[in-house]
Amino acid sequence: MSITRIVVPTEVKAGAIVEIKTLIRHEMETGHRRDNFGKPIPRDIIHSFVVTYSGEEIFRAELFPGVAANPYFAFTTIATGTGELVFTWTDDTGRQTVEKRMLKVV
Amino acid sequence: MIGDRRMSAAGSSSGPTRREALAGAVAITLMPRAALADDAADVRAAIQRITGGARLTPGRVKVEMPPLAENGNSVTMTVSVDSPMTASDRVTSIHVVSEKNPIADVVKFHLAPRAGRARVSTSIRLATTQTITAIAAMSDGSFWSGTAEVIVTLAACTEAG
Repeated sequence: MSITRIVVPTEVKAGAIVEIKTLIRHEMETGHRRDNFGKPIPRDIIHSFVVTYSGEEIFRAELFPGVAANPYFAFTTIATGTGELVFTWTDDTGRQTVEKRMLKVV
Repeated sequence: MIGDRRMSAAGSSSGPTRREALAGAVAITLMPRAALADDAADVRAAIQRITGGARLTPGRVKVEMPPLAENGNSVTMTVSVDSPMTASDRVTSIHVVSEKNPIADVVKFHLAPRAGRARVSTSIRLATTQTITAIAAMSDGSFWSGTAEVIVTLAACTEAG
């Protein structure tokens, strides 16, 4: 279970531009490093981050090893109506972390 | 390993003799020439992949990064693009390209028609002092770019220990 932190406003007006901030704990092992015995450390990064809002994709990122450990993203979306935000991170081992938040539009 | 291209000479000197130190210094001054050529080719190839050969115009893209980063392991970056962000005239994706990291591609963002604003933030790794380029792909098929130069005093650590 990965540790994530997501900031979504609790209540927004319809039509407002909402800023969403996300963070997930992950080493983002680049695959360029070697261990103390000179053995290459295999790459393990989160390569994909997808956000949907009421089932529709609103933001997607493709990550490479150049993204810092504990990937952080801030982005915006227009509040169209009360709906569920679903955040999905996928890493090289195939592990998926899924988080959900309600965006309440008044 | 980032050291492959630039820092191997310096990395091997644990308690160097005068001769080794000199050799290292010479290697360091000689290496960037070849490395620069490689890097430029990498960046060109990455940009070619993004634009598909279409014209890339400087402008409309603002890359905000600290001018001086003490630690290359995590440097904050905000990319904003001058765009009305309407359904018919908007930014569809933003690509971040590094000049001197081992891999030119850093991150790609895909924005939805409902994004509202073309502005994204993240944190990236910087192997060394370099220029970061962000390329915005517009819904009309045009490509725009902006850059930020960051001086890195401690490079992103790619060696273990």
